[in-house]
Amino acid sequence: MGRYTENPKAVADLFQGHRVHRDVYINNEIYNIEMKHLFANAWVFVGHESQTPNKGDYFATQVADQPVVQVRHSDGDIYVLRNRCPHKGTKIVIDRSGNTGKFFRCPYHAWSFKTNGNLLAIPLKKGYQDTGFSDSENSKGMPGVGAVKNYRGFIFCRLAEQGISFEDFFGDSLSSLDNMVDRSPEGRLEVVGPPLRYLHYCNWKMLVENQTDTCHPMVAHESSAGTAMKLWDEVTDKDTPLPPAMEIIAPFMSPYEFFEEMGIRTWPNGHGHTGVHHSIHSKYSEIPGYKESLAKTYGTEKAEEILAENRHNTVYFPNIMIKGPIQQLRVFIPLAADKCIVESYIYRLVGAPEELTARTAMYNRMINAPTSIVGHDDLEMYERAQEGLHADGMEWVNIQRLYEEDEDFSKEAVENGTTERQMRNQFDAWVKFITMSMKQEDAS
Amino acid sequence: MSITKETLIDFLYDEARMLDEGRFDEWLALWLPDGHYWMPLDYQQTDPINTTSLMYEDLFMLKLRVERLNGARTFSQKPKSRCHHVLQRPFVDEMNAEAGRFVTTTFMHYVETRLDEQQLLALTARHELALVDGRLRIANKRVDIVNCDAAFRNIQLLP
Ligand SMILES: [Fe+2]
Repeated sequence: MGRYTENPKAVADLFQGHRVHRDVYINNEIYNIEMKHLFANAWVFVGHESQTPNKGDYFATQVADQPVVQVRHSDGDIYVLRNRCPHKGTKIVIDRSGNTGKFFRCPYHAWSFKTNGNLLAIPLKKGYQDTGFSDSENSKGMPGVGAVKNYRGFIFCRLAEQGISFEDFFGDSLSSLDNMVDRSPEGRLEVVGPPLRYLHYCNWKMLVENQTDTCHPMVAHESSAGTAMKLWDEVTDKDTPLPPAMEIIAPFMSPYEFFEEMGIRTWPNGHGHTGVHHSIHSKYSEIPGYKESLAKTYGTEKAEEILAENRHNTVYFPNIMIKGPIQQLRVFIPLAADKCIVESYIYRLVGAPEELTARTAMYNRMINAPTSIVGHDDLEMYERAQEGLHADGMEWVNIQRLYEEDEDFSKEAVENGTTERQMRNQFDAWVKFITMSMKQEDAS
Repeated sequence: MSITKETLIDFLYDEARMLDEGRFDEWLALWLPDGHYWMPLDYQQTDPINTTSLMYEDLFMLKLRVERLNGARTFSQKPKSRCHHVLQRPFVDEMNAEAGRFVTTTFMHYVETRLDEQQLLALTARHELALVDGRLRIANKRVDIVNCDAAFRNIQLLP
């Protein structure tokens, strides 16, 4: 136990409106408290229902540091179970996905469980007679999580038994997820392939903050996007229309005014998005037939309304980002104070032309792969920060751009697109959800 | 120029050496204009377009990648990465001298390093080569990383 465990006040003091203490990024004790409290109290992304379409289908993943398995039960519902045998702790599922049939079976002693986690059978069960076993928590089966929600195909869970409801946690921020799903003429998405998996030696929150950092693209990405534009000018004359790859990368070099005018919206509980008025996704060329198929479902007016929304990055606190216009979701999985993995998923708009999927796949590999030149630019900045923060003599990180005294994050707000308000909003929520279940040490 | 098994194998070794020595302009000149460098994300992936890959790049994107390595503000290349290929003797899978078309499979270990970090990737490279105007060129290249489903650090140079 150190300075912060059982000391919610010390934890809350790490965020002071316009600045945040470096310990939120580099301190292992804070990391452990995040795992125990923040990720337990918040609603956290698990997976997509299309990863487990049939009964018995499972998908093994993790929610913060918790090994879990998303599974389709015989009643058709999706459950999220802790991926451990109640007997000795053996992980029940070790491959990333598959079908387990009607029940899970532990490979160690053959205890078996229904796909809702309930204990089904134990070999040689009479050995537990009159031992008090049936009163133990281990006799109940694979532990579940506090609550599960399937929102339009996206599976979220709250680890804590008690706490905020899904609706209260996300509120109006669900409009971004809605827009992403509404873009399918059938109102349905399907996961496409495995995610990109990119290992970073930095704190997970640096990546979350970067999603609404609109003052870095033209600087950090000059090497990739700037070079792309220079090269493109050299090989073509001005009137050549941009090919898809250039449509994707060129907007990263947009000037400050572009980002100022795009706007940032913040919602309560740490959610927010860039690109209120326009975004780097606004100028993608139309795919023939798509608008028409959308209009068939929604009518022309509603279809145009859906497509006019070009939100850039929507951050769902604590650790995912979605891009509605291209159906991408990135999850920032914490592994240690100075280590995280980013998984970047893409989805197909069911009923829409496949060219849209091709563009999304291109975006994913060009911008977010471990081989991506844009990814290299970003990772370099995060990891330099992770190392630089150890420099003594300055313990605070500044997040003061367009700061106003006594900011109220309990109400939705739309501001200049270069504000760091969304980062402050995240830390406001961070304090709220991390301290929510912490107990004050007895002052003795 | 008559192509023998040995010419093909020499070509592949020369290519690897160009990459290891950072002679990227020479390397780009090996490519035919409509070629693609493909690095699948999934084991035995068949579709480069409609699902995510680690790389699927035409010559413009490859030029951009190379150009960026030397940029004044390419901070992830300060200091520069270095790489090292160790090739097993390539297999010549297809040898169609008449059509000037050749396919090879090469198992290799690829090491990339920068600062205190070094990573080793085991991979299979499949080359489609073509004889054009008396010169062997790369028509397409596919690189399958054995642990393609693992979480990777930066891969900044070219396996
Ligand atoms: Fe960036």
